[in-house]
Amino acid sequence: MAAFRDEVGDAGTVCVRGGGTRWLVGAVPSHAGDVRQISAPLGIESIEPAEMTVVVGSGTTVADLASALSEHGQEVALDGPVGATVGGALMVGRNPLRRGRLGEIADVLLQADCVGADGQAFTAGGPTVKNVTGFDLCRLLVGSLGTLALVGRVILRTRPLPEAGAWMVGEAPTGIVMEALYRPATVLWDGVRSTVRIEGSCADVADEIRCLEALGFTAADEPVLPAGWDRWSGTLPEGGVRALGSGVVHKPGPVGAPEVSVGVRALADRLRDAFDPLRRLNPGRDPYRMTA
Amino acid sequence: MVISPLTRSLLGRLAVRRVDPITDPLERDLVEVLGRGRVEAGIGAQSLYSHDGSVTRGGRAGIVCFPESTAEVAACVSVSVSHGRPFVPRGAGTGLSGGAVPCDEPVMVVTTRMDVIHEVDVERRLAWVGPGVVNLDLSRHLEGTGLHFAPDPSSQQACTIGGNVATNSGGPHCLLYGVTSAHVLAVEVVLPDGEVVILGAEEGRAAGYDLRGAFVGGEGTLGIATRICVRLTEDPPEVATLLLDFDRVAGAADTVSAVIAAGIVPAALEIMDQRVIEAVEPFAHAGYPLDAAAVLIVELDGLPAGVATAIDRIEVIGTAHGARTVRVAADEDERTRIWKGRKSAFGAIAVIKPDYYLNDTVIPRTRLTEVLSRVYEVIEERDLIVMNVFHAGDGNLHPLIVFDAREPGVMERVLEAGEEIVRISVEAGGVLSGEHGIGLEKKRFMSMQFSPADLEAQDRLRRAFDVEGLANPAKVLPSGASCGHVTSLGRAPDGTWV
Repeated sequence: MAAFRDEVGDAGTVCVRGGGTRWLVGAVPSHAGDVRQISAPLGIESIEPAEMTVVVGSGTTVADLASALSEHGQEVALDGPVGATVGGALMVGRNPLRRGRLGEIADVLLQADCVGADGQAFTAGGPTVKNVTGFDLCRLLVGSLGTLALVGRVILRTRPLPEAGAWMVGEAPTGIVMEALYRPATVLWDGVRSTVRIEGSCADVADEIRCLEALGFTAADEPVLPAGWDRWSGTLPEGGVRALGSGVVHKPGPVGAPEVSVGVRALADRLRDAFDPLRRLNPGRDPYRMTA
Repeated sequence: MVISPLTRSLLGRLAVRRVDPITDPLERDLVEVLGRGRVEAGIGAQSLYSHDGSVTRGGRAGIVCFPESTAEVAACVSVSVSHGRPFVPRGAGTGLSGGAVPCDEPVMVVTTRMDVIHEVDVERRLAWVGPGVVNLDLSRHLEGTGLHFAPDPSSQQACTIGGNVATNSGGPHCLLYGVTSAHVLAVEVVLPDGEVVILGAEEGRAAGYDLRGAFVGGEGTLGIATRICVRLTEDPPEVATLLLDFDRVAGAADTVSAVIAAGIVPAALEIMDQRVIEAVEPFAHAGYPLDAAAVLIVELDGLPAGVATAIDRIEVIGTAHGARTVRVAADEDERTRIWKGRKSAFGAIAVIKPDYYLNDTVIPRTRLTEVLSRVYEVIEERDLIVMNVFHAGDGNLHPLIVFDAREPGVMERVLEAGEEIVRISVEAGGVLSGEHGIGLEKKRFMSMQFSPADLEAQDRLRRAFDVEGLANPAKVLPSGASCGHVTSLGRAPDGTWV
């Protein structure tokens, strides 16, 4: 962390580049500046299955973390394109596809070791899975696009891997699907078909597969977001796919900036002023240009 | 009828007496907003609203207001701020860290009258509720829908959802389902400048910073929640409650770590030690063995096969760690009695000593055994009595020191032990509070866990929300005006839960 802090320094604009897989998310098109690019620390420090936590450098890729955790029968509620980093996924702050079982990205970050705009290192949150000590800076950091502080090292909440899981696709109305299943990990609805992920013990998953088959469902592969698609929160657009219960819609083409009330925008500006008055950190990014 | 000048003069004087003129301009402005009936400035109200469920003492309440709508809350806040007077939001006052204890005669904004369940959307599994809705009343209201509100603090029959949001409350079932923050989708907030905003969104993450997440757990220092959109959780199809008993506390604690390490996340994992068992069994009739050093309550829920497999695995793990018996509640009645003992544990302690001081810290669960034995040592060294009943699955300790305040010198020993327990927890890699919050009680310990730079970053968040510094000041962060002390530990009010 000391080397990372020195790299951030206390002067000049600076941004952290992860895998660059969602580099343009929340980018301000008009911003043209020479921003110094640095990388976040790499590597997994420790995996504690009995604590359900992992300590990891935020430059580590999501895939490397997932693979290391799976050896301990654990996983974490982060996903992203191939090459995405832990820090990048947290800063973009999108919920995982299997949100129904994995939980929300907001609940993943337990502690963040950061460097602020003044070049000072500070720690947000705490190492334990339950913690209400002081103000919840971790929530604020997730989805902040690195505009409040730069995050070098994190402690994340992990979950045990499910014993079994299956993707199924069919045309039954979503209401019937939701009624038939207990806490499905994912239900994607494209206006005609539902693509469903179920998880749990082997016997329970087998039961739910039988139940879905009775509704005309068949086994499917994990869906992949087609190239050129983006996602947003909102109503189902023409040709889009809705992730039930998550508020997320996947759709072709780029997504416009969301509407934000004047009061919320003013509060957000005060926050950015409080943390980074000179706009040193990721100056070309605005979380309010990003859809969740 | 002819009225004589004398009568007219008498009647006039009576009329003046009937409606006393309000001399305090702040009170006058608040009355203008709420009317006389919902503004209390008398000694009785001031005294009543100067305490909460904690043993922390602060200053005295100023004028007490009972708004019934968002607009009225916004008006109360604007009036307070325009008079340069701080305000303190308050729900049912069951808080355990002094978060609602006033300093410097603030305006108390009591939200208990905002107790309307505005909307329940079963299909989208959400509800909009007023901050004054009592936690358990929401789940009762939802009976028959197959849904419930997951956060279940032990005070759930009295505490309000607004208070749950302010303190980011927990409860036994938060082990699997998460604390309040995970169940608040959006919240309408009156900011400390009187502006009304909606933070979060009914579905998905709202655009931009997670201001909802930052607000929840703000202990009333970031504004006042006036409408809350909560996530509703599906009732599990199968629930099993297990009771394991041990002749060593360490056996129970080690079982907890081993269960989690085996990849099982029960809905709840609670430990009660022998003193608690002895106090609650006579009236709960839960069948807790009186000779056990500790019992472990495990609740499993989900689909039937997964629950059945987990029961078998926990039986094996528990037995390997010295469980004498593993009992699975046979029916709803037995289940209710096992939980009744746990949830009413704090009501039962009065049989041992009249006063108590309750702590709330979190430690890594793998260090439970070691930290618990240190806690017992600290207590023994100071010739005190401790009872442990806690959320073991989260590593959330609740050591409860019971004493008789009339005994000379006991208070000093109690406070010393409390501080030592906090220190031991932090040194073990833990945190100051798992669910009760910092309030007034623990702000002096904040620097045990945080560096000045850490605290400065937290203060930035606070200042962005509360530019003038008038929202529940002198709470949470150690900087700023001092108020409140725990040296005058009093008898906890009736009906305090943990």
